[in-house]
Amino acid sequence: MSQRSDSFGPEKPCGESCRNKCCTLIKDMNVRIGETQILEHVNIHLHCGELTAVIGPNGAGKSTLVKALLGQTDYTGKVTFFKSDGSPARTPSIGYVAQNPQFDVGTPVSVLDLFIAATTGWPAWLHIPHRLRETAETQLKKVNAEHLIDRRLGALSGGERQRVLFALALCPMPDILLLDEPVSGMDKNGIELFYELVTTIKKEFDLSVLLISHDLPYVEKYADTVILLNRTVLKSGTPSEVYADEGFRGTFYGGGAAQ
Amino acid sequence: MNLWYQMLSVLPFDWAQPGHMIFMKNALLAVIIITPLFGLIGTMIVQNRMAFFSDALGHGAFTGIVIGVMSGFFSPLWAAIAFSLAFSFAVTLVKHRAHMNSDTVIGVFTSMSIAAGIFLSTLNGNSFNKMNAYLIGDILSITTGQIAAAAIVLAVTVVLWVFLLNPLFLSSISTSLAQSRGVNVLLIECVFSALVAVIVTISMSWVGLLVINSFLVLPAASARNITRNIRSYHLTAVLFSLFAGIAGLLTSYYTGTASGATIILFSSAIFMVTFLMRKRAA
Repeated sequence: MSQRSDSFGPEKPCGESCRNKCCTLIKDMNVRIGETQILEHVNIHLHCGELTAVIGPNGAGKSTLVKALLGQTDYTGKVTFFKSDGSPARTPSIGYVAQNPQFDVGTPVSVLDLFIAATTGWPAWLHIPHRLRETAETQLKKVNAEHLIDRRLGALSGGERQRVLFALALCPMPDILLLDEPVSGMDKNGIELFYELVTTIKKEFDLSVLLISHDLPYVEKYADTVILLNRTVLKSGTPSEVYADEGFRGTFYGGGAAQ
Repeated sequence: MNLWYQMLSVLPFDWAQPGHMIFMKNALLAVIIITPLFGLIGTMIVQNRMAFFSDALGHGAFTGIVIGVMSGFFSPLWAAIAFSLAFSFAVTLVKHRAHMNSDTVIGVFTSMSIAAGIFLSTLNGNSFNKMNAYLIGDILSITTGQIAAAAIVLAVTVVLWVFLLNPLFLSSISTSLAQSRGVNVLLIECVFSALVAVIVTISMSWVGLLVINSFLVLPAASARNITRNIRSYHLTAVLFSLFAGIAGLLTSYYTGTASGATIILFSSAIFMVTFLMRKRAA
């Protein structure tokens, strides 16, 4: 079974470790913008039910990786999603939670409006049928945010807003949940709550989570796998493995001198 | 139209009596059609921070009309619409491509088009006076054929709005969110600005360049002060626009002032009142 190979993409990469799990393989991703090579031979293996954190210095290509995965920038290489039941491999669908977007605080838009516009074909300016409202409520319940449904977007706190966008990213349930610096601008309490929620959701829905962050203590606490990126993957492994690496210390603590 | 005239005759106004002041009755019907249209598209102009952009489209439309009038094309209006569309695409594309602040890009295009409009209309020592009508606007000059055209535009816009609103609204919240939901932001922006350009161009002679952007922006800006979701936002903007339109037109009849400007004074008053009423949160 693990030798299965088809015209779509590479064979499933792992043997015993994830035979019965779904996973995503980013294979030899290269991004070039003009004369500059931004990403080079990037290989990443994401497992379902795990949180993989990508860390790296500014300019390491983290946001380019996000854009490539979202299809907003051209790249060479393959991104392939393998389901656990052995059904054909495909390009993964992606649920995206962006860096805290700045809403216009005065905007006359409710959480429900955002849900309707983003997840249904129903014109949000017409009367919203009850069943669509219920669907949105169910989605918000996943992130314990059903009470926010009639709130105005501009009136939400940073934490509440990210939870709403999180619920939106889970509708429809994606193959990969892509969190791009999701907690910037949140207070400590909000950050903890957000990551606890991500951990719960990841287990409950057996979801691959890819977190872009430079918040090292939180990455250490919540990530299953850490990838140190600087144009290419310098190191990957458990947080303790990566954090003990020379390259990691060189990147974040200047030449590996400090502990 | 006769039905409309009969309906009006029950009103206690002297102009509403049968056989009188047909132009006033036409203007009232036109206002009832045009103002909700402006209120409707104004919601997304304000939401997408395009107030300055729509002003530029107005200036582009003015140049289009000058070109249309000058060239004696088979119909000046079609030439004007063609020019306005080209103008709106140009501004949208440059805004997207050039790494420049969009207000700078828009400022450049606005200056360029208004200068071209004045240059062309005064070429060979021509007087600019004949263009004054397009600056001030004259809704009383509207013909029944034009009213029918406005009604068609309103119907088309409402149908388009069913498909256009969600992606437009998503891009206003966050471009990256919209893109991750499969919205082609550039395409949607082009379609929307084309729609605004067409509406602005055909209504220019009735409303006037000087105040046309206020027709688009004020009702929505007022509605934003007091609404909390997108449905009440739309409804309130359309009602404000309609109310100011009717009240302004009727007042202008008795004060003998330009209708467009009178309507805008009502809109401005509504904005002031809603601004004072505004309570945020929720």
